[in-house]
Amino acid sequence: MPTGVSRGGWQFAKPSVIPGFGLTLGLSITYLTLIVLIPLAGLAFKSASLGAGEFWRLATDERTLDALWTSFGSSLIAALVNVVFGLLVAWVLVRYSFPFRRLLDAVVDLPFALPTAVAGISLSALYAPNGWIGGPLGHLGIKVAYTPSGIVIALIFIGLPFVVRTVQPVLEELEQEIEEAAATLGATRFQTITQVILPRLTPAILTGFALALARAVGEYGSVIFIAANIPYKSEIAPLLIVIRLQEYNEPAAAAIGMVMLVIAFAMLLVINLLQAWSRRRFGGN
Amino acid sequence: MATESLSVDTATRPSRPRRVSATTERPAVKWTLIAIAVLFLVAVLLLPLFTVFIQAFVKGPGVFFAALSDPDGAAAVRLTLLVAVIAVPLNLVFGVCAAWAIAKFEFHGKAFLITLIDLPFSVSPVISGLIYVLLFGANSVLWPFLQSANLQIVFAVPGIVLATIFVTFPFVARELIPLMQDQGSGDEEAAISLGASGWQTFWHVTLPNIRWGLLYGVLLCNARAMGEFGAVSVISGHIRGFTNTMPLHIEILYDSYNFAGAFAMASLLALLALLTLVLKTFLEFRFGAELAATRRH
Repeated sequence: MPTGVSRGGWQFAKPSVIPGFGLTLGLSITYLTLIVLIPLAGLAFKSASLGAGEFWRLATDERTLDALWTSFGSSLIAALVNVVFGLLVAWVLVRYSFPFRRLLDAVVDLPFALPTAVAGISLSALYAPNGWIGGPLGHLGIKVAYTPSGIVIALIFIGLPFVVRTVQPVLEELEQEIEEAAATLGATRFQTITQVILPRLTPAILTGFALALARAVGEYGSVIFIAANIPYKSEIAPLLIVIRLQEYNEPAAAAIGMVMLVIAFAMLLVINLLQAWSRRRFGGN
Repeated sequence: MATESLSVDTATRPSRPRRVSATTERPAVKWTLIAIAVLFLVAVLLLPLFTVFIQAFVKGPGVFFAALSDPDGAAAVRLTLLVAVIAVPLNLVFGVCAAWAIAKFEFHGKAFLITLIDLPFSVSPVISGLIYVLLFGANSVLWPFLQSANLQIVFAVPGIVLATIFVTFPFVARELIPLMQDQGSGDEEAAISLGASGWQTFWHVTLPNIRWGLLYGVLLCNARAMGEFGAVSVISGHIRGFTNTMPLHIEILYDSYNFAGAFAMASLLALLALLTLVLKTFLEFRFGAELAATRRH
């Protein structure tokens, strides 16, 4: 690393006595370009080279649309379940003290650390007709593994920490004074929660929902083991990409990939707007 | 007189409706909520974890160790370690560089750069593999060149490493950027003005300030690198003994109905996940103030 100040030709940066700007920014941008930007641009290029008509035909193929529908439908249900239970878990972890609270708090991050393939085979063993949960549910006439609801179970597992970890810090920083004020002004506890606390949590809940949804739509590893993967029924979009690649049908794989990428970026934009909105409304978090 | 009226006042207080505080729920409500949350966490998170270890040993330790000492299984463990040993340090160096440039300097387009760094997190793992197949595969523009140079990337170790680097790309950077932004650059400016070189400043001033955050980022990066399935699955070609990482080997064993073997291999990865969680929790508990303020990943 040059020891001198290497901000020489960089007109767009504020002068600083700290060295290494050109080197670190140059390395970062080069690495980013090689690893992320060029490969992603390659997908866009491949899709564009198909031509609009062919791209549209591949992207609106019935099996593709059904796979996208399966991915989005189950992700939406899973994200909604995660909002309800994630909010409850965050509330309980922040507001109450009870045995093993710290342990459970740490366990919330398990889906971040546990490889998706491990989660997948484990969930399908649990929810299989002879599994610990699948067995009792089977007696009630409910089938989970190898049905579309199995997909939802896997996506709930994957998405839970996103909601808990977005809501938890906001809940921790909520001043108890506003609840005291509400109580002093005669609000019942239920009114305080629904009309004072929940509105303050709304941006965090929406962000957590969007993060869980975005993650679930792209999820592959944990789902394919528990879903029956039947075309038109329980086949998720990422799996269809894998199948198309195995058939050496790269154009179709690229078209589905491009559709999913555009949707993922749209969701990212929504998440960023939500966070900007929440910062404007409630200050930095 | 004044003290008397005060004591009367406090004496009447307990006769009001029995509420411990206006800012918490009744015990019955509280314990019901706790029970639901705990049950949910046990059913959704803990049961799958226990299942992995129970299924791994259900056929006895003999089957467990046979699965791990199988040549293909051992090759999968070695490949997973190799991939992590290449991918994690590269992303570590990148993360430190990016955080240095972003946190210590003011320049235009910084927010955009941070968004670009986060990009791989919003891309489906399967697409992370797909983009490299399109770039280096048999139908790509680069294929004739790769052929003449005798370079095999897709269905080979380099492809697996590239896909792993892509999916673990943001981990170190996004832990370090907010941390170093919070710390500001006052310490570094002092060191430089006292005559330290750039390297000395980094090693003796910056690194001690960010070491726990760095370890935290590396920990998460490594867990993902060793456990990545979708991206690696697309690009590996599943050649037993050669391009099978541990997660891919789990899939092969599982699909061939060798459940005990699959869970034996899975239990190793679950152990890694547990170790990661324990270290991560310890770091948050012990060095919470020296980690990035945001706990979101």
